[in-house]
Amino acid sequence: MNYLLQRLLTFPLVLLGVSLLVFFAIRLVPGDAIIAMLGTEAGLLTDAQRASLAAYFGLDQPVVVQYGRWLAGLFQGNLGISTTYGKPVLEVIIARFPLTIELALLSMVIALAVGVPAGVFAATRNNRPSDLVVRLFAMLGQSTPSFVFGLVLIYLLSVNFHVLPAMGSFTPLFVDPLGNLAQMILPSITLGFAFAAAVTRISRSAMLDVLSDDYVRTARSKGASQRDVVWKHALPNALIPVVTLSGVEFGYLLGGAVIVEQIYALPGLGRLTLDAISQRDYALVQGAVLFIAFNFLVVNLLVDLAYAALDPRIRLGGR
Amino acid sequence: MGLLRAVLRHPSGRIGAAIILLFLVVAALGAIGLTPHDPLKQYVIDRLKPPSGTYWFGTDLLGRDTFSRLMLGIGESFLVAFASVAVAATAGTVIGLFAAWWGHLWDGILMRIMDVLLAFPAILLALLIVAIEGPGVATSITAIGIVYTPIFARVVRAPALALKGREFVEAARTFGSSQPYILSRHLLLNLVAPLTVQITLALAWALLTESGLSFLGLGTQPPAPSLGVMLAESKSMMTRAPWLMVFPGLTIMLAILGFNLFGDALRDILDPRTQERPA
Repeated sequence: MNYLLQRLLTFPLVLLGVSLLVFFAIRLVPGDAIIAMLGTEAGLLTDAQRASLAAYFGLDQPVVVQYGRWLAGLFQGNLGISTTYGKPVLEVIIARFPLTIELALLSMVIALAVGVPAGVFAATRNNRPSDLVVRLFAMLGQSTPSFVFGLVLIYLLSVNFHVLPAMGSFTPLFVDPLGNLAQMILPSITLGFAFAAAVTRISRSAMLDVLSDDYVRTARSKGASQRDVVWKHALPNALIPVVTLSGVEFGYLLGGAVIVEQIYALPGLGRLTLDAISQRDYALVQGAVLFIAFNFLVVNLLVDLAYAALDPRIRLGGR
Repeated sequence: MGLLRAVLRHPSGRIGAAIILLFLVVAALGAIGLTPHDPLKQYVIDRLKPPSGTYWFGTDLLGRDTFSRLMLGIGESFLVAFASVAVAATAGTVIGLFAAWWGHLWDGILMRIMDVLLAFPAILLALLIVAIEGPGVATSITAIGIVYTPIFARVVRAPALALKGREFVEAARTFGSSQPYILSRHLLLNLVAPLTVQITLALAWALLTESGLSFLGLGTQPPAPSLGVMLAESKSMMTRAPWLMVFPGLTIMLAILGFNLFGDALRDILDPRTQERPA
């Protein structure tokens, strides 16, 4: 079967699987749902009140019916009510989403701006000292957890310049662009560092592959300059795996950077999910996890489509 | 053993192996109690002491010796990493093998389930599992194990599918060899190379995830020392006691670097065509 067609057909199937997993995973959480909702106040309920609450939330129905109702609600954009915020889950999530998108975009820009030139540079100097230095940095970047790098950045700033990154209340981009950027720059660099390392490694190896291709040799033998060979002939093809990697990584980042948001006290999707777990706000956990997985799947589908557009061999079902 | 020798001849493989060996020795010493100080004892008069001859890596806010705690923390992190990768490699290999061997409907069902698991960013899936099981070492192992299972399933399935169609497998089937024999002897044995590479790289990722979960307070629970917990505790004191951040940070980095270097060398040797691929 055509690869793309197959990909499009299985997409809703996987989505359904994700919803099943999230729904039943939350039901595995020990303790009953009413206690989870009301906390210690649940102890004050009479049996009759408890039963009517259970009936109200549909908890007296068989699990399959509950799942069906929840799924039907999903199609209407109804993810339930968050017990900590007292607002619809979707509303709470959407409020946090712009920050997460901005952080993901900024770190991707940093990663590509640093990673692609570094990778191309290293590939054209294969196994020379400058190549080894780039590879060493990429290796270190890949081996440094974001919280280690983030803490080091905060430490260097606070010791050398006696400034702490602006934390506390968050400044939205459209309210105060500069204030927002001042808050976002360190988190973006922190995330961008590991991301750039991955981009460097993949663009270097892709570039090395392409540079040994016949068509590049042909271009060389026709007298094309080194610069033209590298940037015009080789780079476009070498970028294909970079697109895939960046897309997948971007999809991950849209799920919120739990650790980085935690270090820099940013109210993004990751911290929302983490807080929801510690506050036992299960409607929110369920909604946030589903939202994140959905985004990830959509981005991955788009990456695959882009990949197919860039590389005709995929379209013909070779993979 | 020829493989090990080849890795040791590879420059980055040699460095990686040396780092891993060093950490294993340190973790073993810590596990049998050969630490310079008691890692849990609070030397109250020596709180927040910078590194010195007595306290090599300094002490923390409660007067506990950072070096001794690191020795135990390394063991803790390695335990979680090895156990979770063992879970993932076993489950993933079994799933991948059967998907390839049975084919058709089973292949479709098993691999779509793997796709569902892959739809969750690793740390998020781990968070979800922590929400169910509650934080702790066992949860970390389960969570990281489940997160990496689909990756192993994919790594195994594709080459297993290719092997299934090869003449020697066909021949074994016509001879009437039993299924378990063919699966273990002809398929699994030929998958050792890609599996070894994946296991090493997965160990690096498992260490990264474990320390991340502990850093968020969802992995190893205090007072048990763990690299992630130690870093999280260092945050509020970083200007007064930077050594509390520097040493655990360097330790995590070095450990992950060791496995990455070793894994890269393995991959270069076993698969010379592709020098690098995304994990």
